[in-house]
Amino acid sequence: MVTAVSTTRTHAVALLWILAVLTAMPASARSTVVPGSEAAGLGACVEPTELMRRQHMEFIKHQRDRTVHGGIRTSKHSLAGCVECHIGHDAQGQAVPIDRADQFCGACHAYVAVDLNCFDCHAAVPRGPMAGSLAEAARRAVDEAQHGQGAVQP
Amino acid sequence: MSERGTEIDRERRRLLGAAAGAGVALVAPAVVVRALETTPRDAPVDGRVRWGLAIDTAKCAAGCTACVDACARENGLDLQHPPEGAEPADWATQRAVWVRKVRLRDDQTGRETNLPLMCQHCEHPPCVDVCPTGASFKRADGIVMVDRHTCIGCRYCMMACPYKARSFIHEALSDQLSHVPRGKGCVESCNLCVHRRDFGLPSTACAEACAETGHGAILFGDLADPDSAISRFLASEPTRQIREDLALNTGVRYAGV
Ligand code: SF4
Ligand code: SF4
Repeated sequence: MVTAVSTTRTHAVALLWILAVLTAMPASARSTVVPGSEAAGLGACVEPTELMRRQHMEFIKHQRDRTVHGGIRTSKHSLAGCVECHIGHDAQGQAVPIDRADQFCGACHAYVAVDLNCFDCHAAVPRGPMAGSLAEAARRAVDEAQHGQGAVQP
Repeated sequence: MSERGTEIDRERRRLLGAAAGAGVALVAPAVVVRALETTPRDAPVDGRVRWGLAIDTAKCAAGCTACVDACARENGLDLQHPPEGAEPADWATQRAVWVRKVRLRDDQTGRETNLPLMCQHCEHPPCVDVCPTGASFKRADGIVMVDRHTCIGCRYCMMACPYKARSFIHEALSDQLSHVPRGKGCVESCNLCVHRRDFGLPSTACAEACAETGHGAILFGDLADPDSAISRFLASEPTRQIREDLALNTGVRYAGV
């Protein structure tokens, strides 16, 4: 019972927070990027923000086939890369699951009422001895892709 | 004691040979795991490599589960918990296992043989033939695995596999490792530590753990490279495929059975 109540509250708080952010901020600055995440310090995502909002699922879907069947691990459209860059931390510095209703993936999907199941299988926080390697591969891919284009400002 | 030390060294060297043959950095496996100097793949895998294992059953010790435990740690299989109220006996048969220890006993002579049995990475995999969605597939480098994105959990492949190599995930999982996504409703099995392959790391968790115990019964490497340690072993020692009558041309070979 306690869990159920607190989950509902988390949902409600997250929704209110998003609504507040979306209405209070000017259109150009509207952002649901989690404060304190690596992404919060960057000017843009791996593709222009407008494209990411509408098509991130397409990017990830094409990438998953190249990775699972071809073994290619150097892509800027890496889900492990999304998690690494957008992960938030609690007061103790512990990573908070990214699909939680007040976090980057969870908050937006809750807002648009999309049931997200990537994290039924994928780790919702960077975990295990290879998390660093996965993130590093994605970071390098972003650097290479954006070299010269200047889309990401560190 | 000193004899045991020499044994470990010899096995280490054999493993290093395997790593060198596969064109991977010549560093002791244990060191690599700590430092994780990785080289992520940037081109699709191709058929110039065929990954496989050679198992010397004479070296596989009764009661030792180092390979099974290492596989569980590497792939997060140890994160599974029995569903509430599950009978321990049911759980023992339902939990995901990618490699199991098998004991063979010759009833005539009483001779016992121990061996680790995992997915045999068949060249002609029955699990791929029967899969209705194409989720069960063989990678160009010989690794047979499940694309969980397209697996519908029908378990045809589990019925088709002659080696009982596959497991079904019945319950929701949590705390998965970043490098091994896995979850409820999908079938899974040994993928020859595919994340290690894709990041240019040597060996597999099981071969590494077996070498660390000093038994050195498992040799991992490239079957397509005639100079690899595994190919040289297979060229010089009598080995067999389990159920060779099925003509699946397995990528896992056994000596002493
Ligand atoms: S051992 Fe079983 S799971 Fe592995 S490739 Fe052969 S049929 Fe498929
Ligand atoms: S359980 Fe999944 S991988 Fe196995 S046959 Fe069915 S769809 Fe294919």
